[in-house]
Amino acid sequence: MSIVARFRLDRGDFVLDVDLDLPSHGVIALFGRSGSGKTTVLRCVAGLEHAPGGYLSVDGEVWQDGDRFLPVHKRPIGYVFQEGNLFPHLNAAANMRYGLDRTPPAERRVGWDEVVELFGIGHLLDRHPDQLSGGERQRVALARALLSSPRLLLMDEPLSALDHARKQEILPYLERLHDELDIPVLYVSHAPGEVARLADHVVLLEEGKAVACGTLRDTLSRLDLPTALAEDAGVVIEATVGAHDERYHLTRLDFPGGSVYVARRPEAVGSRLRFRVHARDVSLAFCRIEGTSITNLLPAVVTEVADADTPAHVLVRLEADGTPLIARITRRALDQLQIEPGLRMWAQIKTVALLA
Amino acid sequence: MHLGPQDVTALWITFKLALISTSILLVLCTPLAWWLANTRWRGRTVVEAMVSLPLVLPPTVLGFYLLLLLGPRGVVGGFFERIGVGHLAFSFPGLVIGSMVYSLPFVVQPVQNAFAATSTRVLEAAATLRATPLDRFLTVSLPLARRGFLTAAVLSFAHTLGEFGVIIMVGGNIPGRTQVASIAIFNHVEALDFASAHALALILVVLAFSLLLTVYAINRRFKVVGVGS
Repeated sequence: MSIVARFRLDRGDFVLDVDLDLPSHGVIALFGRSGSGKTTVLRCVAGLEHAPGGYLSVDGEVWQDGDRFLPVHKRPIGYVFQEGNLFPHLNAAANMRYGLDRTPPAERRVGWDEVVELFGIGHLLDRHPDQLSGGERQRVALARALLSSPRLLLMDEPLSALDHARKQEILPYLERLHDELDIPVLYVSHAPGEVARLADHVVLLEEGKAVACGTLRDTLSRLDLPTALAEDAGVVIEATVGAHDERYHLTRLDFPGGSVYVARRPEAVGSRLRFRVHARDVSLAFCRIEGTSITNLLPAVVTEVADADTPAHVLVRLEADGTPLIARITRRALDQLQIEPGLRMWAQIKTVALLA
Repeated sequence: MHLGPQDVTALWITFKLALISTSILLVLCTPLAWWLANTRWRGRTVVEAMVSLPLVLPPTVLGFYLLLLLGPRGVVGGFFERIGVGHLAFSFPGLVIGSMVYSLPFVVQPVQNAFAATSTRVLEAAATLRATPLDRFLTVSLPLARRGFLTAAVLSFAHTLGEFGVIIMVGGNIPGRTQVASIAIFNHVEALDFASAHALALILVVLAFSLLLTVYAINRRFKVVGVGS
């Protein structure tokens, strides 16, 4: 089951040329700076943009090939726009019914009550879009898209028009969506934090080309990837809650290659959590250092060294039993310690950022 | 102040004329306005200029050409003459056609502007929610353009109430058939019957003012509450 997409568009100052073969499950992030072509790819998949000569198939069903071009309204998609794009003349409930009413009963897989509960919008149903806050509008827009029972959900920076507080309000709903509904999502974003938190698979776009494509872990830990990630380099690790230490109010998170302690988490033992380790929070040592306040230490093997965002720094990629790590250290330290691929070292992790 | 039976008839004909020509205009101009709002064709400006001509041409010029067109030897009038209906000059249907040409820009422009102001993003959203192009037009474009339609309807109606030049050229001045209020006023003044002229004139002023008041009140209310309520 996969999404195969080949689009070429020449707009003079901008050329899009992508050839993608993506899994059709989980959240696939189309990630890149503004102007990198990620929204154009999404619009081509939706059929809102027509790239002549392109090809698109979703789970074996061809939506575009040669002269064949399935019009937007015949594609089983849900599209969430940056600004929500609710119909201003209809209240929230009528907005949500719009797609539902046009979905043949036999194809309806998403229930009204389920969606109202999922996005917590029961009290907003008879309000008009101009009586809703930005975050509320976006929740209604998500509900509206889901109620047309899409087989593929397309999201174009659904959080970018919201301030930080509103983003924090919506993110949990997106995570629940990911966990509770089995609909593949193409998610356009330029925010590394969002991608790290939500995505399973990442396509990195730069100037109309896909420069990297792979699982979140592999893509974020690659050192050869350009700028988009470098200034905020780091890895995302998927872990299981291993134990709680009630005396010191700590929680141990286990993952292949080791474990780290974080401040006490509410999740039960066995729950899955994602956390992010920024390269700037990782330092390296030859031996297990005693007498340091840093308690999270992992043995790891250096696999690669690359230039960082400044000439004074380098990025060092390590593997701890299959779990990749990136450390951002000074070039002087690299030379003094003679760090090179194959070297066994201890990675000291100052802080981790929990993503859920 | 005195209103004779002929004046009442003239008012009734005026009202009927305004209502019928406005209704037909709204139906016919909707596709035209939609096309003008959405086409990228270069010749669009020529069409727009033609639609706006009645705004600046003297009504007598419009009326003169219409008379030639609708009369027994005109292309349109001649056709109706041959199929046995009779030519259209000096008839009520002729008046309706004349009024429609005269009020055309008052309907096309507000509707076209309303269509142009509707964001394409909202229509794209409707498309992703499985709405066909016609469905999108009926359920999104039309309701969002309703202010434009309302303005168009009231302006066209009020404009037709005050029509004089086109009608006197195309319809003449036949009491009970083609004599409208504005022409009846002219006749009264010619006959120095100022009392009757006053009565009719006052009725037209009050009517036109209340119609325009409605338009502005509605536009104002919409602005405050948004297009939602």
